[in-house]
Amino acid sequence: MWAWLHRLGSPKRFYGWSGALARWSGWLSLLLGAAGLYYSLFDSPPDYQQGESVRVMYVHVPAAWLSMFIYMSIAAASLVSLVWRIKVADMVAAASAPIGAWFTFLALATGSLWGKPMWGTWWIWDARLTSELILLFLYLGYIGLLAAIEERDTAARAAAVLALVGVVNIPIIHYSVEWWSTLHQGATVTKFDKPSIDLDMLRPLLLMALSATLFYVTVVMRLARCELLERERDSQWVRALVDERQGGESAR
Amino acid sequence: MNPKRRNRLLIIALVVSGVGVAVALALVALNENINLFYSPTQVVRGEVPQGHTFRVGGLVREGSVRREGQDLRVSFDVSDGAHTVTVDYTGILPDLFREGQGIVAQGKMNGNGRFVADQVLAKHDENYMPPEVADALKKAEQEGAVANPHGPQ
Repeated sequence: MWAWLHRLGSPKRFYGWSGALARWSGWLSLLLGAAGLYYSLFDSPPDYQQGESVRVMYVHVPAAWLSMFIYMSIAAASLVSLVWRIKVADMVAAASAPIGAWFTFLALATGSLWGKPMWGTWWIWDARLTSELILLFLYLGYIGLLAAIEERDTAARAAAVLALVGVVNIPIIHYSVEWWSTLHQGATVTKFDKPSIDLDMLRPLLLMALSATLFYVTVVMRLARCELLERERDSQWVRALVDERQGGESAR
Repeated sequence: MNPKRRNRLLIIALVVSGVGVAVALALVALNENINLFYSPTQVVRGEVPQGHTFRVGGLVREGSVRREGQDLRVSFDVSDGAHTVTVDYTGILPDLFREGQGIVAQGKMNGNGRFVADQVLAKHDENYMPPEVADALKKAEQEGAVANPHGPQ
C-alpha cells in the first residue's frame, strides 16, 4: 500500500495519471455544471421567503464549500510534503492556493450581493463572515510567502507550516454559526439532521458543488503538471517525453 | 514509519494542537465580543453596555408592529421567548422583515427602556422550500391543530 502510494507520487508516474484525471474531470465538470446551471436558473422553485434571490445560493454555497475543501487539500499536501518529502505534494499545494483564493473571493462577493437584498447590508462583522475573510488572508499570505522566498524548497517548507497552522480556522468557519450568535444562518446541508432544503433546490446545489470540485481537480492537476515539467526539465523521462512528441510531429 | 518521519509528524502535530489550544483560549476569552447581538433577556437583566451602541436580536413578536403616522417611523417588539424589548426605528426595513421573523437591530437604549435603532437587519433561517410547500405545511399544521388539538406538536 505505502509503496504503491509512493510510486504514484513519483514525478513520472504522477505526470502520467494526472493528465488523464484532468481530462476526465474537466469534461465531467463541464457536463455537471451545465446541468446544474440549467436546474438552478430554470428548473428550481423560488424560496418561500427569499423569492428568486435564493438562486445566489447555487454559486455562493459551492464557492464557500470549495474555499474550505481546497484549504484542507493544501494542508494535507503540506503535511505529506513536510513528513515524507514528496515533491509532487509541494506542487499540488502551491497550485491549489490561487484557485482556493478565487473561490474564497467568490464566496465573499456573492455573499455580499446576497446579503444586501436579504439582510439589508453588504457586510457585517459577524463570526462567519469574519472567519471567511481571514481564510482569504491566509490564502494570500500563503501565496505571498511562497513567492517571497527565493530558494524553492525553503519557500515550500515555510508555506507548508503556515498552511498547517491556518487549519485551526477551518472548524471555526464551519461552527461559527453554532458557537456564536451571527447574522448568517446555520448549516442546511452539512448537519447531522436531515438537510432542511427542498429536493428541487438540493439537486442544483449538489450538481454545482460537484462541478466546482471537479473544476478544481482539473485546474490544479494542469497547473501542477506545468510546474512539474519545468522543475524536471533536465530529467531523463521529460527528455524522452519531449523527444517522443517532437518525433511524432516531424513524422506527420 | 522511520523515526525521522515519525519525529516530523510529532512536531507538526504538537505545533498544530498548540496553536489550536491558543486560538481556542483566545476565542473563549473573547466570547462576549464575538457574539453579534445580545438577547432581549440580557437587555432586561442589564447585561448590555450602558450608554453605548449595541445590537439586540430576536424574533419580531406577532402583532407588535406599529406605524405612527405617514412617515417611516415604526416600532415593534423583539422577543426571545422569555423577554421582549421594544424597538423604535426610522427608516426602510429590509424585505425579509415581517412579524415572526428573526431580526438584528443596532442602536442604544433610551431613558425609558426602549431601544432606539439606527439599523435593522433581517435574519433568515436555514430552511429552503418553494412557496407552495410552505403553504401546504402551514395548512397541514392548522388542520392538524383543529383535528387533534391535544396531539404532539
